[in-house]
Amino acid sequence: MQNLKVTPFHPRTSALMEGNQWRRWAGFTVASCYEMVPDREMLAIRNACALIDISPLFKYNVRGPDAAAFLDRLVTRDLSKMEVGHITYTPWCDSRGKVVDDGTIAKLPGGLYRLTAAESNWRWLQDNTPGFSVEIEDVSGSLAALALQGPTSRALLEELAGADLSGVKYHRFTHVDLLGHPTMVSRTGYTGDLGYELWIEADRALAVWDALTTAGRAYGLHPAGIWAMDVCRIEAGLIMLDVDYTPAPRAFTDAQASSPYEIGLGWAVHLQKPRFVGKKALQHERQAGSALTLVGLEIDHLAFARAHASLGLTTPYPFIPWRAVTPLLRDGDQVGYATCGTWSPTVKKYIALGQVAPTAAEPGAVLSIELMVDRARRPFEARVVPLPFFNPARKRA
Amino acid sequence: MSRHDAIVIGAGHNGLVHAAYLARAGKKVLVLERRHVIGGATVTEEIHPGFKYLTGSYLISLLRPEVIHELDLPRHGLEIMPLESTFVPLPDGDYIADWPDHDLTREEIARHSLRDADAYGEYTTTMKRIALAIKPLLDIAPPDPASTAERDVLAMRAIADRLKAMPRGDFDVLARLLAMSAADFLDEWFESDAIKGTRCTSGIIGTFLGPRSPGTGYVLLHHYLGEIDGVFRAWGFARGGTGALSQAIASAALAAGVEIRVSTPVERVLVKDGVAVGVVLRNGDELLADRVISNADARVTFLDLVEPKHLPDDFVSDIRRYRVASPACKVNLSLDGLPTFRSLPRGKEALLRGSIEIAPSIDYVERAYDDAKYGGWSTRPFMDALIPSLLDPGMAPPGKHVMSMFVQYASSDLEGGWTEAKRAQFLDVVIDTLAEHAPDIKSLILHKHINTPHDLEQTFALSGGHIFHGELALHQLFFLRPAAGWSQYRTPVKNLWMCGASTHPGGCITGAPGRNAAREILRDWSRP
Repeated sequence: MQNLKVTPFHPRTSALMEGNQWRRWAGFTVASCYEMVPDREMLAIRNACALIDISPLFKYNVRGPDAAAFLDRLVTRDLSKMEVGHITYTPWCDSRGKVVDDGTIAKLPGGLYRLTAAESNWRWLQDNTPGFSVEIEDVSGSLAALALQGPTSRALLEELAGADLSGVKYHRFTHVDLLGHPTMVSRTGYTGDLGYELWIEADRALAVWDALTTAGRAYGLHPAGIWAMDVCRIEAGLIMLDVDYTPAPRAFTDAQASSPYEIGLGWAVHLQKPRFVGKKALQHERQAGSALTLVGLEIDHLAFARAHASLGLTTPYPFIPWRAVTPLLRDGDQVGYATCGTWSPTVKKYIALGQVAPTAAEPGAVLSIELMVDRARRPFEARVVPLPFFNPARKRA
Repeated sequence: MSRHDAIVIGAGHNGLVHAAYLARAGKKVLVLERRHVIGGATVTEEIHPGFKYLTGSYLISLLRPEVIHELDLPRHGLEIMPLESTFVPLPDGDYIADWPDHDLTREEIARHSLRDADAYGEYTTTMKRIALAIKPLLDIAPPDPASTAERDVLAMRAIADRLKAMPRGDFDVLARLLAMSAADFLDEWFESDAIKGTRCTSGIIGTFLGPRSPGTGYVLLHHYLGEIDGVFRAWGFARGGTGALSQAIASAALAAGVEIRVSTPVERVLVKDGVAVGVVLRNGDELLADRVISNADARVTFLDLVEPKHLPDDFVSDIRRYRVASPACKVNLSLDGLPTFRSLPRGKEALLRGSIEIAPSIDYVERAYDDAKYGGWSTRPFMDALIPSLLDPGMAPPGKHVMSMFVQYASSDLEGGWTEAKRAQFLDVVIDTLAEHAPDIKSLILHKHINTPHDLEQTFALSGGHIFHGELALHQLFFLRPAAGWSQYRTPVKNLWMCGASTHPGGCITGAPGRNAAREILRDWSRP
């Protein structure tokens, strides 16, 4: 019998699973939700801390004399000022300036860099090495990863590691002693909250999980699945590959692919860099203007509630984010589309991410989105608002 | 001296909501609070260092979504966590539970009665449908049925239309429910004592009646009028305790320009020629304003803060007989660890994150009432407990916990009066009762605290210690709250208004009286 791969944490995660709510992620079996409903998992991220198995991420070690130059040419962001202990989030593009993937690059000691990605980028990395003296190693399988996210994550980690983490700023990393082994801990995450990601050799994965969950009892730690993380990443205005954009190698047409400018990553394109893949196309797009802009949307949830009440129905706000390209209109004309939406328990609003023509992207612009009310589609106001929807001070404090 | 457009007496949650709405309409508003903290009974207090106590209200459900949205409370720091479950230990070592999942709940109920497991879904749907139909009434100023004024007549017709639009079956259930006892109503739906026990408590919470008293049907329905994120009947815990909600509302009020003064008790409302013109503080200072709005309950407002000579005799009589006798106490415990409940099976510890109710049957709760109704207290009280530190680790130091318990019945009119000794004695009764279900509780207690009805009255200026600013009984609800003819937030004194829970729609953290009163006062203000 063929089985989908499982992560090093599977013996623990499968023991927690209550309702067989699994999903696929990059060829792995991971939890959508451990409990019957994701409420508690979502709340742990915002009010205590949550433990999320993110092992399916792709991880590559890049080393060699030209490692820095190679990566700097590969990605859109300027890496020249990176120091050991820094982490940079960046997209990378093809020569059309269309996004291949987005991920983080960490600068480790000894000339080693580590790139994380949502998709397998082995071939893309190999194809870009000619002319560079670099060695790339896929460590995806040997390196397990856990996201520890939420307001109490620091206190828990400090207790467990016996270390002071207050000096580890946002998008920095350090190594701490976990169960007698130095373990890489980065101040990163996909929730927009205070949080860390732990990078653990696969053979130590279960021991670290057990230590975290045991010590975590005093800090309200709760394992969380993808549904909870998805709500939080939308609140944080963070985009997701395959949901908010189609990776360039899999796009059938240019229009189906996205440039960084179109998905809210224009700030990560450093055109002043001498050379990088896609620079020419992006320079051109910068001048000519992009077709789309990423926007946050607040859907009129009180009208949504009234529409249901008028039919004698209670309001089914989506607690599990929907993922569907949904037209956004202004004065009857389509000006773009929403890609995902959710009820935000944190800001108490019905929020969505979308991409719209720049003329419709001004904060305050009122667009229209059609949503199902019982058995019919009804239009509702969707107001363009700045991203992120939720940005607690503790994220960077 | 700077003159204000409006002075609000009391920084309880309704006073703050009211002030925020007035200020957003451009009024210059001053809120005066007698205590050193804002929030009234919606407060979090660190009575034992490191442990945050919910000394008054403890959960949120009826807070109007409009208030959350219009005052943008999440932006001002409000985070609400839905409570997922209810766990009820039973005397025979079994238990019954509500889970946040329909299938799990059904399975629990089916252990007690397969018939009730089927009834549960239909009961819940019916109650939610009725709640949906009558919920809009929370947001109106109740019309006076005896009035021939156009506004009252139109509002009465709108209510009649709404009731007529209900399915006939639901209307009949509603009409009967209003007149029935919670026990009789539940008998029609369920057969298991345990299920009826857990569900009857919604009918008596904060109410000096037993589940077999007529009128508790309405209270049951009142507690179905809440929602969290659109989910009816859901209850939530505010991160940081209910005090954090008051802080969020105060933040919204301050942002709108409201001025709040704490430790500033008001002695009386200043009335000149039958018109309220300001307040006199306890220190003798006079503060003037065009409107004075009292967030205090009706008894405090009209028997303490306004001199009787300014009020009609029949109105004063009505307020004197306004019922405020209360059986509710609040207990908080600092715990060295989590208590072990005898009847909680291994693997189901998640249930400790929800409500823990000591209400194993209707008879148990009715007996608890019997003990108290002649000026005594329950030998085995009903309790609704919560371990807030399991939801928000910030409520206690790491590894420690706080337990908040809503307890009744202990009479506000205790025979011989409440003394320090009786206070300690009843606290022992509460802990002994809890220990019957969680035997290790006593060894875990680091600190304990009780607010008896007498303490609630002293601390929060609640007449009788009544948590709803007066009983939610049919004879003092809707157009009769607080008195016939005075249900629209006005008072017999011109320019003196009410915005607290003695007005429609009554108690619980709703923000509705504060918001409704603001709408009425602003409408009145805009008249030439």
